Amino acid sequence: MKTIIIDDEPLARSLVREYLKPYPNIEIIQECNDGFEGIKAIQQHEPDLIFLDIQMPKITGFEMLELVDKLPQVIFTTAFEEYAIKAFETHAVDYLLKPFSQERFDKAMQKAITQTKVLPPTASILETAAHSPVQTNRIVVKDGGKIKIIPTANIRYMEGADDYVKIYTEQGAFLKKKTMAYFEEVLNPQAFLRIHRSYIINIQLITRIDPYEKESHVVVLTTGEKLPVSKAGYAKLKAALGI
Amino acid sequence: MATSSLSDLKFKVAFAIWWLIWSVLQLMVLLDFGLKPYPAFVDSIVSNSLLAATCLVISNNMRYYLPRQEKYWYVLLVSLGLSAAWLVMVRVALWTLLGADTEYMALLLRSTSLRYGVAFLMVACMAMMSLLWYTQQEQKETDDRKMEAERIVKDAELFKLRQQLQPHFLFNSLNSISALTVIQPEKARHMIQQLSDFLRSSIRNDQLLWSTLSEELTYLQLYLDIEQVRFGYRLKTEITIADDTLTMKLPSMLLQPIVENAIKFGLYDTVGEVIITIQARSEKGMLRVSIQNPFDTETLPPAGTGFGLSAIQRRLYLTFARNDLLQTRHEENHFTTTVTIPQIV
Repeated sequence: MKTIIIDDEPLARSLVREYLKPYPNIEIIQECNDGFEGIKAIQQHEPDLIFLDIQMPKITGFEMLELVDKLPQVIFTTAFEEYAIKAFETHAVDYLLKPFSQERFDKAMQKAITQTKVLPPTASILETAAHSPVQTNRIVVKDGGKIKIIPTANIRYMEGADDYVKIYTEQGAFLKKKTMAYFEEVLNPQAFLRIHRSYIINIQLITRIDPYEKESHVVVLTTGEKLPVSKAGYAKLKAALGI
Repeated sequence: MATSSLSDLKFKVAFAIWWLIWSVLQLMVLLDFGLKPYPAFVDSIVSNSLLAATCLVISNNMRYYLPRQEKYWYVLLVSLGLSAAWLVMVRVALWTLLGADTEYMALLLRSTSLRYGVAFLMVACMAMMSLLWYTQQEQKETDDRKMEAERIVKDAELFKLRQQLQPHFLFNSLNSISALTVIQPEKARHMIQQLSDFLRSSIRNDQLLWSTLSEELTYLQLYLDIEQVRFGYRLKTEITIADDTLTMKLPSMLLQPIVENAIKFGLYDTVGEVIITIQARSEKGMLRVSIQNPFDTETLPPAGTGFGLSAIQRRLYLTFARNDLLQTRHEENHFTTTVTIPQIV
């Protein structure tokens, strides 16, 4: 089994290495300091298992996972309790809270080796996680071979297409393998609104709402783009703008 | 219970002198009306003693019962009633003492309405004064209670804000120690020592409102030493402190969260080496501390990771009632947080 350890603290990596000693079948092919190195290493080596910290330079562990095409098994190692729910949503094998013991680590390894399905998070973890905000203020995308971090304020609108969403920004358009429902949830509802099955817009950029055919409307953005508004979308728009 | 106006010595003296003057005046008036000195003297003493006593009664009454509504009607009615009672008492007393003097008794009868008028004025004045005095006393007590309550709330909030040590810092440090125990046991022991020193200082400083800059820097160094072990070569600090600032005062444990913020910001925003600079100087008698970290204008810190400085802002506001003491600025690749601390002597 090939594995990669991704953590920005050298000592944290060495602890995982230490705990992996009793597992002769596990081969550590690389250790990475941040998410950028992590993506490269994963694409290059296609490991079976990764140990992943969440708070790291530039991009978080979650953001890194979003950019990986072929997901390995993931064991999160972090001091932050509040990301547990999100971790299990990404189908992580386990979520180790630093500092963790060899016993706890072995349990996680057992799950990874036997490929058992993920256990539901414990009640206490659920409770902590319930208080933490899931909203995001940035989105990480791949642009060719490069990784781009887009502050949500720079987004003009998003267009849904099959299992991709196309994100239109000042710097151009980017594709992201996520659903519209996902973005509807994580974007600040004060700033973004889903006006149509296929469109989420930045409320700040609306200049006009024009009627269009019978009982239907289009939104005109400051940048000139015209986007269709559904009936339900129009009701939401009216509520958001107070008209 | 409000302090009685009568317990004030100055008031007692003024009250006594007032009645003495009034007695002398009444004596002179009665002599002018052609009374003989003896009945004039007795009349003046009896009338004024009883009137003074009536005034004391109404003042004391106000002490225990302060009318809330209809207070002016209450003053009027009570004054009218007490004056009438006084009149009856004076009449009885003087009739007992000077009843044989028919000339005097005639004058007494003729002056009834005048006496009543004067007595009413005096009693009403005393009632009004007492009413105002006790109302003011009560107001003062309410204000004091309110201020005390506000102070307690403020202290509690400040205490909570001081205590915002990030548990993540603690857990990550313990994780590092856990790693060191096998590979470098000596270093693990050293780090436990450092962490203990830091925690002990945190607990001790929790009780303190103010520290000198040099105390703050000692505490900060304990913190930086631990971070150094965690992040190794990636973290560098440059500290420049002007000598005259070392004894300047600032709210205790104010700098550590700002530096923690800068380290997180710097470490999470850039790959490779991170230099955190800390500078302190004195400016127009105020202490100015700037903390700078590298910063990438293209990215934003991820939300919800405690990159806020709002707790610091709030502490400064609660302590100095000013909102302009914490300033942040980013230029090119640097993010600078500056705190200005007025020196209140």
